[in-house]
Amino acid sequence: MSETPSVPENLSGRGYRPIVLEIDSVSVDYLVAEPVHAVRKVSLTLHRGEVLGLAGESGCGKSTLAYAVTRLLKPPAAIVGGRVLFHSREGHAIDLGNLHGEDLRAFRWDKIAMVFQGAMNSLNPVIRIRDQLEDVFTTHRPDLDRRTRRRRSAELLERVGVDPDRLSSYPHELSGGMRQRVMIAMALALDPQVLLMDEPTTALDVVVQREILQELTRLREELGFAVVFITHDLPLLLEISDRIAVMREGRIVEIADARTLYTDPQHEYTKALLRSFPSLTGTRGDFIRTGAGAGPRENVEVAL
Amino acid sequence: MRFLWQKLGFYLVALWAALTLNFFLPRWMPGNPVDIMVSKLAQRGEVTPATRHAIELLLGMDSSVPIWQQYIDYLQQIFRGDLGVSVAYFPTPVVDVIGQTLPWTVALVGLSTLISFVIGVGLGMLAGWKRGSWIDNMVPSLTLLQSIPYFWLALVLLFLLGSVWQVFPLNGGYDIYTTSPGWTWDFVSSVVYYGTLPALTIVISSVGGWMLGMRNMMVSTLSEDYILTAEAKGLRPSRIRLTYAARNAVLPSVAGFAISLGFVVAGSVVTESVFSYPGIGSALLSSVNNADYALMQGIFLVVTISVLGANLLVDLLYTVIDPRTRARA
Amino acid sequence: MSTATQDPALAAAAATTQPRRRRTLPPMTPKLGVGLAITIVIVLFGTLGPLLVGSPSEVRNIGMTPPSSEFWLGTTQTGQDVFAQLAHATRGSLLIGLVVGVLTLLLSSFFGVVGAFAGGWTDEAFSLFTNVMLVIPGLPLVIVISSYVTQKSVWMVAIVLAITSWAGSARVLRGFTLSVRNRDYVLASRVSGESSWRILTVEILPNLVPLLASQVVFAVIFGILGEAGLSFLGLGATGSFTWGTMLYYAQNGLALRLGAWWWFVPPGLMLAVFGAALALINFAIDGIINPKLRDGTREQRKRWRMTKEQLRESEEEVQ
Repeated sequence: MSETPSVPENLSGRGYRPIVLEIDSVSVDYLVAEPVHAVRKVSLTLHRGEVLGLAGESGCGKSTLAYAVTRLLKPPAAIVGGRVLFHSREGHAIDLGNLHGEDLRAFRWDKIAMVFQGAMNSLNPVIRIRDQLEDVFTTHRPDLDRRTRRRRSAELLERVGVDPDRLSSYPHELSGGMRQRVMIAMALALDPQVLLMDEPTTALDVVVQREILQELTRLREELGFAVVFITHDLPLLLEISDRIAVMREGRIVEIADARTLYTDPQHEYTKALLRSFPSLTGTRGDFIRTGAGAGPRENVEVAL
Repeated sequence: MRFLWQKLGFYLVALWAALTLNFFLPRWMPGNPVDIMVSKLAQRGEVTPATRHAIELLLGMDSSVPIWQQYIDYLQQIFRGDLGVSVAYFPTPVVDVIGQTLPWTVALVGLSTLISFVIGVGLGMLAGWKRGSWIDNMVPSLTLLQSIPYFWLALVLLFLLGSVWQVFPLNGGYDIYTTSPGWTWDFVSSVVYYGTLPALTIVISSVGGWMLGMRNMMVSTLSEDYILTAEAKGLRPSRIRLTYAARNAVLPSVAGFAISLGFVVAGSVVTESVFSYPGIGSALLSSVNNADYALMQGIFLVVTISVLGANLLVDLLYTVIDPRTRARA
Repeated sequence: MSTATQDPALAAAAATTQPRRRRTLPPMTPKLGVGLAITIVIVLFGTLGPLLVGSPSEVRNIGMTPPSSEFWLGTTQTGQDVFAQLAHATRGSLLIGLVVGVLTLLLSSFFGVVGAFAGGWTDEAFSLFTNVMLVIPGLPLVIVISSYVTQKSVWMVAIVLAITSWAGSARVLRGFTLSVRNRDYVLASRVSGESSWRILTVEILPNLVPLLASQVVFAVIFGILGEAGLSFLGLGATGSFTWGTMLYYAQNGLALRLGAWWWFVPPGLMLAVFGAALALINFAIDGIINPKLRDGTREQRKRWRMTKEQLRESEEEVQ
C-alpha cells in the first residue's frame, strides 16, 4: 500500500465515457498541534453516468474526501494539496479550488449535489418539506415563479415515490426511509451531474435500503447523473457500482471495476474486507478474528 | 388539540396551587396578621375584643368559622373579583389599587424585557455564527454585567445620570406637575422619558444572559447535519443563519423567556423601589410597610396570575414555532 | 437568568453526545483561574476578616469620614468602621449563599434526579410539583412570607430563598437524568440486575457532577443576590450584616447623595465581583457539560496550526 495504483481510465467496463469529475492527488490535513493526514494524495476520476463506489472502514478519510470535493471542510481541516476539476456538459473544466464566495455557492447543488449519512437529521426540523425543497429553487433559479416551484417540488417527490401531499409535512412526521427519499429528491432538484452519497442508507433497515437503492438505480438510468457512493458496506457496492475504490488510512489502496475487484482482489486489505462478509465467502467473522482493520494498523503489514 | 388541553390543565393546577398557597400562608405563618395589626393598634390604645373581631372579619380570618368554610368563602370572593379593601390606601378596594398600578409595571417591565430579549438573542445569534469574532469575545464581559445586583446598578445609574449629569429625572413615572394621565403627546412622551432609565437598568442587567444562552445554542445548532446540508445546497449564508440555524437555536431561549418572567416581576419590585415608579412593585412594598395584608395577598395573586398567563402565552407560541411539540403530546 | 446550563433541552442535547465517563475537572483556563482566585480571596476575607477587624457596630462621633489610615474604607453616618462592616457582611452573605446552595442542591436533586430515575407516577408527580413551583413567582412570595415573620434569622431567610428557587435546577437535572437513564450502559446494568441504588450512585450521578456543580454555583449567586435584594428592601434578616443590609443602611443614610462612595460602592462591588467570579467558574463548567462550546474558541484556535490564509479560505463559506 505504498502508492495509489494507476488504473486505466476507461476501465469502467461499459466503453469510453467522458470524465465529469477529476480528483488529482488531493490531500487533506487536520491542522492541529500534530497534523493528522486524513486524505493523502488521492486521485480519482468519475465518468459521466458512472457509479463509483468508495469503500473503507470508518475514519479512513472517505467522508473527508467527499467534503473536500465540495469544499465543505470545517477548520481545522484544510485541503493542503492537489486539485479537483469539474468538466461541465459544455466541455469547460472548472477548478473547484478557484471558486470563491458567490461562485462556489452557485456551483454547489447545481453541479454536484450531496446526500448525507444522517437520514434523520439532514432536514431542518422546524420548517416544512416544501420550504426546504423550494429553498433550492429560490436560491439557484430565482427566475422561477411560485407556481412553477410548487409544481417542480411536487414532481420531484413523485419521482422518488413520495406522495406530493407530504410537501406540507414536517420532517418528524416522515419515516426514516421517506426522509432519505426526500433528500434524494432534493438532491435531484437542479438536475446535477454528480451525486455524492455519504452512507445514504446506513441508518435505514434492510428492506427500505433495498427500495431506495432500486429507486436510485432507476433514476440514474433516467437522468444520467454520476454517483459517488460512499459506504463501509462492500457487498452493497459490489451490487450497484461500476467501479470501486477501496480506501484505507487516507489512501486509495485499490481501484477496479466491481467484477474484477470481487473475483480478483489485488490488495491484502481488499481481500480482508471481502472475507469479512459471511454471505460472500462463508468464513464467518474472519475479519474480526485476524484483527485486520480492527486492531492496530501494523497488524495488516505483519499479516502480509 | 390534546396538547392544548394538557397545557390549560397544568395552568389551572398551578393557579389552584397559588390560590391555596395564598390562603394558607397567613394562617401558617408564626406572625398572624390579626395579631400584628392588633399589636400595632395596641401601641395607640387598648384593643377591645370587638375591634379584634372586626379586624378578623376584615382579613377574612374569622376564628369562629371553620377553616374549610373560610377557604370556600375565600375562593368565592376571588371569583367575584373581590380582593377586599386596602388599609394603606383606605378605603380604596384592592382591585382598584392593582388596576391603577399594574399597567405601569406591565408597560415598563414587559417592554424592557422584550427589548432585552430581542437584543440579546440577536447579538447571541451573531456571536455564535462568527466564533471568535469581536462580538463573540464580548459575551463573557456582557454576562458579567448580570452579576451586578439590579438595584445597585440602578442606584449608580440614577446617581450618575440623575444627580451628577441630570440627564434623566430622579424618580416617578411621569412629570406630575406639567402633565396629567391621558392619551396626550405630552403625557406619553413624559412617560417614555421617565421610563428610560429604569428600562435601561433592566436591559443592561439582563441582556448578557440572553446573549450567552442564544450564542451557546447557536454553536450547538451549527454542528447539526441540516446546517451542513443547507451549506451543500448552496443556500445564501444569510438564509442559513436565520432560517436554518437561528430558527432552531432560538427555541430554548423562547422557553427560557417564559421561565424568566417570574424573575422579571421579582426584579421589578426592587427596580420600582429605587425609581419610586408607580407600579405594582411599589404598591407591594407599601403594603408590606403598612401591614396591608389584603393588598399584599391581592398583589401576590395578580402577579402570579399574570406570570401564569404570560407563561401560557409563551407555551402556545412555542407550539407554533416548534412543530415537534404538537406531535409529542 | 438563562444560560446554557439553565436550559433542559440543551443539557439533554449535550448529554446524548457524551462519552460514558466525562471529565469532571475543567481544564485550567485563564478565565477559570481568575474566577477561582477571586472566589478564594473573598472567601478568606469573609472567614478571617471578621476576626481581625474591630466591632462593626461601634458608634463614634466621626460620621461620614472618607477613607484614612485608621479607617481603610472610611466611616458611616454614625461613625461605624465601613471596613469592619464589610468583613462581617462578607461572612453573612457567603453564609447565605452556602446555605441556599446546599439546600437547593438537596431539593433539586431530590425532585429532579430521583423523580426522573424512578419514572412512572413518581416522576409525573414530582415534575408537576416542580413546574408549579417554577411558575409561581419567587421573590414576591418571599416578600409576602418575610412580611409575616417579623423576627427573622439569617437561616430563615436562606431557607425561604432556597424553597422558592430550587425548581429551575430540578427541571434541568430532570431533563439530563432522563437522557442519561436511557443510555446503553445504564440500560445494560439494569438488565444485568444491578440494584437501583447502585445504578443511581455509580452509573448516573458521576455524569451529573458537572451539571450539579453548575447548578450549585447558580444557586449561590441567586441566594446572595436574592438576600441582597430583600435586605435592600428592608425585609432581610434582623440584626445581621450582609452586603444587602449594608446597602440598605447606606441608601437610608443618603450615602449616595452625600457623596459617601466609600460606604456605598464597596458592598455593591463585592456583590458584583463575587458574582462575576462564580460566573467565570461556570463558563469553565459549561465547557465540560457541552464540549461543543469549546470548539473554535480562542484557546482552541491557538492550537490550530493554520495559516491565516488557510483559515480565511476554510471559513469563507461558513460566515
